Amino acid sequence: MTNQQSNSANPNLNLEYRRKQNAEEMKHQVITFTMMIFFTLIAFAMVAMESISRWFIIPVILLLAAIQVIFQLYYFMHMKHKGHETIALFIYSGLTVGLITVLVFLTIVWL
Amino acid sequence: MHVEEKFTDATWPAAPETATLEGKNKYLGFWLFLGGETVLFASLFATYLALKDKVPDSGMLLAKDLYEIPLTFAMTMILLTSSLTSVYAMYHMKNNSFQKMQTWLLITVVLGFSFLALEVYEFNHYVHLGHTFTSSAYGSAFYTLVGFHGAHVTFGLMWFLSLMLRNAKRGLSLYNAPKFFVASLYWHFIDVVWVFIFTVVYLMGMVG
Amino acid sequence: MSTYAKKQGFGATLWDFMTTVDHKKIAILYLISGGLFFILGGLEAMFIRIQLAVPDNNFMSAGVFNEMITMHGTTMIFLAAMPILLGIMNAVMPLQIGARDVAFPFLNSLGFWMFFFGGVMLNLSWFLGGAPDAGWTSYASLSIHSQGHGVDFYVLGLQISGFGTLIAGINFLVTIINMRTPGMTYMRMPMFTWTTFVVSALILFAFPPLTVGLTLMLFDRMFGANFFDAAAGGNTIIWEHLFWIFGHPEVYILILPAFGIFSEILATFSRKRLFGYSSMVFATVLIGFLGFMVWAHHMFTVGLGPIANAIFAVATMAIAVPTGIKIFNWIFTMWGGSVRFTVPMLYAVSFIPSFTMGGVTGIMLAAAPADYQYHDSYFVVAHFHYVIVGGVVLGILAGITYYWPKIFGTMLNETLGKFTFWLFLIGFHLTFFIQHFLGLWGMPRRVFTYLPGQGWDISNLVSTIGAMFMAVGVIILLINIIITSVKNVRVGNDPWGDGRTLEWAIPSPPPFYNFKQLPLARGLDAYWIEKMEGKKEMTPAEPLGDIHMPNGSIIPICITFGLFVASFGALYNMDADKPWTIPVIIIGLLITFGSMLIRSIKDDHGFHIHKEDLMDDKDKEVKA
Repeated sequence: MTNQQSNSANPNLNLEYRRKQNAEEMKHQVITFTMMIFFTLIAFAMVAMESISRWFIIPVILLLAAIQVIFQLYYFMHMKHKGHETIALFIYSGLTVGLITVLVFLTIVWL
Repeated sequence: MHVEEKFTDATWPAAPETATLEGKNKYLGFWLFLGGETVLFASLFATYLALKDKVPDSGMLLAKDLYEIPLTFAMTMILLTSSLTSVYAMYHMKNNSFQKMQTWLLITVVLGFSFLALEVYEFNHYVHLGHTFTSSAYGSAFYTLVGFHGAHVTFGLMWFLSLMLRNAKRGLSLYNAPKFFVASLYWHFIDVVWVFIFTVVYLMGMVG
Repeated sequence: MSTYAKKQGFGATLWDFMTTVDHKKIAILYLISGGLFFILGGLEAMFIRIQLAVPDNNFMSAGVFNEMITMHGTTMIFLAAMPILLGIMNAVMPLQIGARDVAFPFLNSLGFWMFFFGGVMLNLSWFLGGAPDAGWTSYASLSIHSQGHGVDFYVLGLQISGFGTLIAGINFLVTIINMRTPGMTYMRMPMFTWTTFVVSALILFAFPPLTVGLTLMLFDRMFGANFFDAAAGGNTIIWEHLFWIFGHPEVYILILPAFGIFSEILATFSRKRLFGYSSMVFATVLIGFLGFMVWAHHMFTVGLGPIANAIFAVATMAIAVPTGIKIFNWIFTMWGGSVRFTVPMLYAVSFIPSFTMGGVTGIMLAAAPADYQYHDSYFVVAHFHYVIVGGVVLGILAGITYYWPKIFGTMLNETLGKFTFWLFLIGFHLTFFIQHFLGLWGMPRRVFTYLPGQGWDISNLVSTIGAMFMAVGVIILLINIIITSVKNVRVGNDPWGDGRTLEWAIPSPPPFYNFKQLPLARGLDAYWIEKMEGKKEMTPAEPLGDIHMPNGSIIPICITFGLFVASFGALYNMDADKPWTIPVIIIGLLITFGSMLIRSIKDDHGFHIHKEDLMDDKDKEVKA
């Protein structure tokens, strides 16, 4: 599914290449993580300051959460790799159904 | 398929989790399950949002009276970090270094348990303030949403632990690599849900 | 389990079925237990019709009537229609895509046993203090005040069987995505496989809201939560939304497989390629998509406001477009074909007008202002029975007859089948057509009796007589099944003679490994293509080799049994005089999680059928 390797004539050369590739990917993961922590800090700091309007804070922290989730899905959970098209389809379908549910519960749960 | 075959570093496939048909099926099936879980949590979030601050009498505590930044922040940092440590574990799995993977998984589990401990403390604290599961619709919705997440964390920890203990002596194979990988996907999903919980429940609750 | 043995005792057969992970045997389990629940639900329907046959009837009390209608609806939807369809999917879909089994044979068995124990649990309520009586929709305002444990049985029974269905859905999705035979691209998959695929996706996204809804109901009733209690800030509309977010896709979960079955039958017996295959696929996917956008049309009279009502009304009417595409494609499939009126074909042909009538009343109901008139009247009852009986049940009867030889290796009697068909079809229209008018004349649904002289007497009697016709039809079907099984005349690969898809290329019933060599699909209707080139068999896509098969397991029953036990603990937990409930919950959960732990600790690599054994088989066939 993901980057299928060809076991070439010299397995050790291949191995070295793969190790390097994995290390490279791990570096991306750490950068992702740093950014996630950074976004989290911004979100908490904005709420802690108490002086900013809630009509500004709420959209911004929701946006930050959405970005974090995309990081998780695409980097930590490898959705950016090839062969994840079907998976993406189903996750986005689930998100769509979920979003409609939330929208409805915010608007027409009549009482 | 010789799933229990021992591999050298050179013969270990680049994507051990999907190297067998069983692995591929597990991988895809688990992702689909997560798609369903997305809808499950969305329904819980929707219920929470509809019932937020709905209490029978005006003297009762509301979201902005209850939640506190330090505790939520600590819990968030712990869970986010545990997501990274499980990524490290999977990195070592791909490099066929079993012991390192176990170590990182152990760190993940420890972080998970400390998250749970804080959650138990938090719930206990709220109950003492009079915000309980049965005190109001808001209480029911809060404990159900956050508790469902906590139950997922607990299940994830049990899952990691049983995989680690079961395979401690046997090392990696194409039979158990997909299992480790799928468990780590589950862990990331728990983290994704928490990102929304801390944003929608706690931060938006504090803003009012 | 490698069962090469030919003759088995009853005990061994029972054990074999309890531990089986073979999709064909699980299909038989689904069909048998779904069939039993269908008879149960049918009996409940008969009792309802007897009670309503004449005005002022006292055949049963109002309370029992409420239990009857609740259990009739719940049983027919969750325990009869869906399992029978899942059974047909299990039997046919892996064969249609040329797979040796489903992706997760163990989970397949687990899914079945969850449905089964959930169903048994629900029906035990009759003997343990009364069945649920809040309607199959179990609206919260009614159900949290329902006395006794009926609604608790509903909640827990559906929760367990719902998990089973979710497992089955994921399993089918992975099977279709990952295990198609070489050459079987998505756009070469038979229509029934396509509908299975879309239905499984609907199951995946529709069942979680039900799970949540049932959980909230469970917390409210058993653990003192306040989700639906307005006095504590709760809101009963939450239940209605969650139930219908699940409930509306659910009706497509029921009807789409029937569409798939009819597409297969119409193509086969018209001896013509399905007209507009790609538009059929498109329509199926579109129906699945729109199915999630329309649930609030069940709630027009709640008072959601004109904007919400308008949006959902328009979305609902939009579904008529893909459904209309399908209707025309079926008609054009028959157009110019050499049609053979076998029993399945009779069902298919009569399905088209019957279902269309249900669709037309659907459009009437979708008009939100008009819906205020129809709401909660017999018009609604007539509408949903036209789509569910005229669509799903006809589809099930057609599918059972059509696939009977593939599943059991014998042919049902055609003459008896025609008797069943005509009795059922006439009985169906007799029962439900008049109910449209009853509704328009003002008869409300869910009333246990009515006064004479309102102009409803004769119509209700006609309706009851129609129900008798349907009952006789089903009895003849049962006789047919018994006669066929006793005679046991075996049939060959392609008993209808015009099979188009891969399942007809292998013996009936297929060997437990299905395909000796995976077949090469060279186009839509893969087997038909080979037949047209004068070949008897599929071209293999792989050399003969060892086949890997999974081992059978008793663990699925153990896992489910634990949940079953724990449910009884949870059920009686709110009674103060029963101190044993908490230990029972713990024991039940221990059984479940213990079995899961054993499953994950014990490695199970399955077994191999060796090439030599397969060759022996082939030689024997050649000699015979």
